[in-house]
Amino acid sequence: MIPILSVRDLTVSLKRASGTVPVLERLSFELDRGRTIALVGESGCGKSMTALAIMGLLPDGFALEKGSILLDGEDVTKVPPARLRALRGNAMSMIFQEPMTALNPVFTVGDQICEALRLHQGLGRQAAMERALAMLKAVQIPAAEQRLHAYPHALSGGMRQRVMIAMALACRPKLLIADEPTTALDVTVQAQVFDLLKELQEEMGTAIVLITHDLGAVADITDTVAVLYAGRCVEHGPTLEVMEAPRHPYTRGLMACSPHLRLGAAAAGVPEPLQEIPGLVPPLGQRPPSCAFAPRCARATDKCSAQDQPPLAAISPDHEVSCWHPEERAVA
Amino acid sequence: MTAVENARPRPILQVNDLTVHFPAAGGKVVHAVDGVSFVVHEGRSLGIVGESGSGKSTTAQGVMRLVPATSGQVVLRDEDFLAMRGGRLREARRRIQMVFQDPFASLDPRRQAGELVAEPLRLLEGLSRRAAADRVAELLPTVGLPPEAAFLYPHQFSGGQRQRLCIARALATAPELIVCDEAVSALDVAIQAQILNLLRRLQQERGIAYIFISHDLGVVQHLCDEIAVMYLGQIIEQGPTASFFSAPRHPYSWSLISAAVPAGPLRERLKARYLVKGEPPSPIDPPAGCRFAGRCAFAVDRCRTETPLPRPVAPRHFVACHRAGEIEAPDFSSGEMARSA
Ligand SMILES: Nc1ncnc2c1ncn2[C@@H]1O[C@H](COP(=O)(O)OP(=O)(O)OP(=O)(O)O)[C@@H](O)[C@H]1O
Ligand SMILES: Nc1ncnc2c1ncn2[C@@H]1O[C@H](COP(=O)(O)OP(=O)(O)OP(=O)(O)O)[C@@H](O)[C@H]1O
Ligand code: SF4
Ligand code: SF4
Ligand SMILES: [Mg+2]
Ligand SMILES: [Mg+2]
Repeated sequence: MIPILSVRDLTVSLKRASGTVPVLERLSFELDRGRTIALVGESGCGKSMTALAIMGLLPDGFALEKGSILLDGEDVTKVPPARLRALRGNAMSMIFQEPMTALNPVFTVGDQICEALRLHQGLGRQAAMERALAMLKAVQIPAAEQRLHAYPHALSGGMRQRVMIAMALACRPKLLIADEPTTALDVTVQAQVFDLLKELQEEMGTAIVLITHDLGAVADITDTVAVLYAGRCVEHGPTLEVMEAPRHPYTRGLMACSPHLRLGAAAAGVPEPLQEIPGLVPPLGQRPPSCAFAPRCARATDKCSAQDQPPLAAISPDHEVSCWHPEERAVA
Repeated sequence: MTAVENARPRPILQVNDLTVHFPAAGGKVVHAVDGVSFVVHEGRSLGIVGESGSGKSTTAQGVMRLVPATSGQVVLRDEDFLAMRGGRLREARRRIQMVFQDPFASLDPRRQAGELVAEPLRLLEGLSRRAAADRVAELLPTVGLPPEAAFLYPHQFSGGQRQRLCIARALATAPELIVCDEAVSALDVAIQAQILNLLRRLQQERGIAYIFISHDLGVVQHLCDEIAVMYLGQIIEQGPTASFFSAPRHPYSWSLISAAVPAGPLRERLKARYLVKGEPPSPIDPPAGCRFAGRCAFAVDRCRTETPLPRPVAPRHFVACHRAGEIEAPDFSSGEMARSA
């Protein structure tokens, strides 16, 4: 079985007056039908850029230098623009972080879902409306019949995000990219949105690329995880394995940063100070060929800054790490 | 530490029965905040949690006088803050500052960071440009920014750096209380940890008190000494952090917690039993009785007619539920295990 998505050696750069600077470097990952991969990493590490590259929506000035992106075997980096438009919203679709910017304020929710269905699936007006209604019901929007005729501003944040999901899934895409789909929402709605994505995925077999800062959600709903640092993949493997035994110092740092909820008897004590990763992600154009994490890494040695970025090497089947001195597996 | 512990901290801010209503179409009324009361102590943090639309921001804005209170009292030290005017008000504003969720929206893009941080100093303390610039140069390193950052414009900072800038601005007037409305929600976990540690360090060094609004229970638990849970404009449970997370008593608190528990068997068990579905009712004409009754698995007839009042269930821990104590509380016993499971 070929994977739904196969990203190989993806390299994206930004053209500046001073020359081209790398934004993403040699990114590779695969995603099977019905599976979910998480892209994690600090702000500015290239998560959204990866998503936009897959969708063929790189902003002006950014160019795909190298690599291929196979969607169900078809290289979307090589197809003509018309074909790409046909794939977008049909075979692959994206949920953006801020639903208000992605929803058109002057059209009703129903019209916006219908447009995609009529454009891509050639449905007639009536059929499209019926499908739109079914989608709103599928995403558990209360009073869906009325909401079909509502304008986006009249919906709460949680409902808007569900409308986005309904829109993104209306054409039953093979691939869904969700870029921080719940950041704007509160926990209860977040949990509902993730449950919903999981349910719809099971039903439709959609493959999902999930971009999120929420490591709880990563653990909860993804199968594999790719950790990006400064535009490079530094760790990649099965979610459970990576989260339980992160081997790259950066991954371990990220895991230690988020406060864990303590309940019951465990809630009694005083919280330990939160661990920090000192310093910041280097900005574009200031990323050395050697390990870009070195200035912030407690395990760094001379070798780390003298040699090129270490290759992503298998550390166990399916689990790869790009580090000269990977962390030990925690002793059980 | 122990000295502070023993010398009971004094209240800085007392909010009594704060109500903020907004007019809605057709002469109706949005009950955004309906009778909220709490106390914030010197050098302590109060966390406010609750679903979207529950009135957290409006509470903060009512306290800060950014929206007019419909009724109620806000007492700063011993003075009625809502009644202050002129010089007294300016002096009081110096002592309470606010940090918002979206650092970009709260920073004027056309002004340099230094001017932005200096603004409250010039406005509220009447400092000269020179004196303000000197203070800014001291402040920026406190929040982990180099002094040269003063000459950059907001778009030249990352999201986390912009939030540090907002904190520097809030710190400029040496406030006693900072209200943080989702101040770390938009940041990634690494920057969030840096900012949380910064807030805590500033609290220890300067005795600043916080009202900390967040939808992330883990963050609130980490930073706050007390928690207030809001639902549809009201506080439905309130208490010391340890007491609240050891034994929360309100069915809505159970739902919030179930949604936040890390993945694992405990989460599945809690979610199946306690996570509520759907949306809260409209704050326009909220239902009579317990506002949570429509979604509460434990509701009885009485809940739909009679408003539950806050009752003490443990020291300084209050719950507004007719059936608190009567219904069986969730078992979190595998709470620690769930993390590694
Ligand atoms: N329109 C743009 N012009 C120039 N640089 C950009 C633009 N958009 C993004 N960048 C830069 O490209 C790099 C990758 O950005 P990207 O948006 O992919 O980060 P991200 O991982 O999605 O971060 P976040 O978690 O903040 O969304 C960053 O260094 C960012 O500053
Ligand atoms: N200026 C206003 N006019 C009318 N209604 C308002 C106004 N501001 C807030 N509301 C309403 O008051 C209620 C409380 O809103 P508030 O912003 O305080 O909620 P919140 O708890 O901060 O939510 P979130 O987590 O989404 O920030 C909501 O129903 C909101 O729609
Ligand atoms: S290669 Fe060296 S600097 Fe980079 S993460 Fe590994 S130990 Fe740290
Ligand atoms: S008062 Fe009744 S409806 Fe309200 S939370 Fe308690 S049991 Fe549920
Ligand atoms: Mg992004
Ligand atoms: Mg708010």
